[in-house]
Amino acid sequence: MIAFETLHAAPPALTAHAPLLMVVAPLIAACAAALAPSARVSWMISVTGSVFAAWMALAVAGEVARRGVVDYVIGGFAPPLGIALHIDGLGVMVALLVSSAGVMASLYSGHSLTTEVGAEKHTLVQSGFLLCQTGLLGLVATGDAFNAFVFLEVSSIGTYALVAIGEKRDRRALPAAFNYLIMGTIGATFYVIGIGFLYAATGTLNMADMAARLATLDDSSVVQAGFAFVVVGLGIKAAMFPLHGWLPGAYSYAPSLISIFLAATATKTSIYLMARFVFDVFPYGAAFGQAFVTWVLAPLAATGAIVCSLQAVFEKEIRRILAFSSVAQVGFILLGLSLATVGGASAGLFYLGAHALIKITLFMALGGVALSLGARRLGEFAGVAREAPWSATAFAIGAASLAGVPLTLGFLAKWRLIEAALQAGAIWVVVVLAIASLLTFLYVGRMLEAIFFRAAPAGAPRAREAPVGVLAPLWVLAGLNIWFGLDASLPEQLANSAARALLGAAP
Amino acid sequence: MSFFLSHFNYIAVAILMMAGLFVLFSSGNLIKRMIGLAIFQTSTGLFYISLAKVFGGTAAIAVEPGSSEARELASRLDPAYVAQYGVDGVVYSNPLPHVLILTAIVVGVATLAVGLAIAVRVREAFGSVEADEIDVLSRVEATQPGPQA
Repeated sequence: MIAFETLHAAPPALTAHAPLLMVVAPLIAACAAALAPSARVSWMISVTGSVFAAWMALAVAGEVARRGVVDYVIGGFAPPLGIALHIDGLGVMVALLVSSAGVMASLYSGHSLTTEVGAEKHTLVQSGFLLCQTGLLGLVATGDAFNAFVFLEVSSIGTYALVAIGEKRDRRALPAAFNYLIMGTIGATFYVIGIGFLYAATGTLNMADMAARLATLDDSSVVQAGFAFVVVGLGIKAAMFPLHGWLPGAYSYAPSLISIFLAATATKTSIYLMARFVFDVFPYGAAFGQAFVTWVLAPLAATGAIVCSLQAVFEKEIRRILAFSSVAQVGFILLGLSLATVGGASAGLFYLGAHALIKITLFMALGGVALSLGARRLGEFAGVAREAPWSATAFAIGAASLAGVPLTLGFLAKWRLIEAALQAGAIWVVVVLAIASLLTFLYVGRMLEAIFFRAAPAGAPRAREAPVGVLAPLWVLAGLNIWFGLDASLPEQLANSAARALLGAAP
Repeated sequence: MSFFLSHFNYIAVAILMMAGLFVLFSSGNLIKRMIGLAIFQTSTGLFYISLAKVFGGTAAIAVEPGSSEARELASRLDPAYVAQYGVDGVVYSNPLPHVLILTAIVVGVATLAVGLAIAVRVREAFGSVEADEIDVLSRVEATQPGPQA
């Protein structure tokens, strides 16, 4: 596979500014897409912007592999006073994830928007989608705690509007978007309050500088209050159980373009930021940090993994099943991180990438079929495999990967988690994983049974195969699920360097 | 008692914050919930501005050292305090939190606008802005088949 050390994706002149271009490209494209004369043009702008951002992310990945960390000083004001972009192995992994999900979703959007959104809104939807991408990439790239809040809100405000656009197909999108807005804003405001406390204690907003100063302040109650606010705020954004109430609605009723992109990226970037704060910015040796990870993060993650898997088993609407499954998988990821070993973090981050790929495949397969069928409940998907075999097969591959069938990426991801848990001596984590995986099998089985083995009732509306423009990105994703299942050196390399960047030389 | 007086701002912040959150969670009316959210966000503004205040500090606009203005500002404070914390003999308040909260206010206004716009659309689609009635209608919706393309 690719060795990132030798990767020179872009000419040096571009590579030097790649960290900034990665964030700015979708922003410029968002403005251009809003002004585009037709839906077609705005789609092309959206694809161009996303591809350019992904290209720049690759260029950054090469630089980070060679230098370890890429710092980009904006406007010639040196940090800690000036604002800097700071990308390490962890940032690169999430940036690659977000930008490639952006490319796939924008390719898919060419067909899906025509049926799901009124023609007059296409240019604005593309613009919002690109804004969302800007926010997420900026969040990953920035080295400034307050900047992270601004980027978080740039992406969130785009998302609220985009979820609400789903009202054309399902008016429940509106209250779902409203709830998401309320919860998201509370989360972001908590984060800002936390940053206020930390600024009061340290007098800096630069994350690296803050980390250095916090190392001497671990008894301060101001710091501990800041920690609590930051973690709860980001917990809401990351849909950490039991703060996940906004997620099922937002994922289920949004236009499929948005579900696809959100499922792969939104909670993942918040997990990234939370991990950065818990393990990197705050001195991890501090008692309150360790107490949080052991007594709050791990139990909540475990409860979430089991309870939400159980909820998915009993859901009736297929996209809600996938949404609850997403919350459960967030639990898996956090369980890995909560082991607080390099192996555990690497396994958790590997799972993060794997789950993004799995969910984007599933939501895209579903979206492609639902373009013609408009179905919601599981029963309405009966017999879809006969009418749309290509989409259904891709869905099955994604589902197998979600359940953790051997030879798929999902299997490797679970395997690595279990391995890391055993190495860390956390047997209870293995038990939780086993129970949650068993429940995953149940709901995956329910979905596949309806799609493949149930005959469509007479007179039921018939599905049509998704258009080629949808099938192409879908099968690339499904293929990757298998490819990485056989040869995981690429995601492994990314996850390992991310874990090292996060925990450094810690045990 | 002196604790309450010296932390008066922060107590106000806490009260505003709790009031905002209470309205947010106790009210079923979407517009009232937006009002609660706005109060909650505004309390953050007060929090940041309180953080920025330096005792005896003036606005962060550079005063020429040695000018009559600088002397006048310094004369109100203990010289030892000015010598310890001042710049060129003048103590300034911290301007950074003001800038930060300006950004946060802009973000808050944008969120409020999007939220109210969604509330308007909810009213058009459901004929109500009460969360209970919307829930009932949503539950009916869940039993309907999806729209056909």
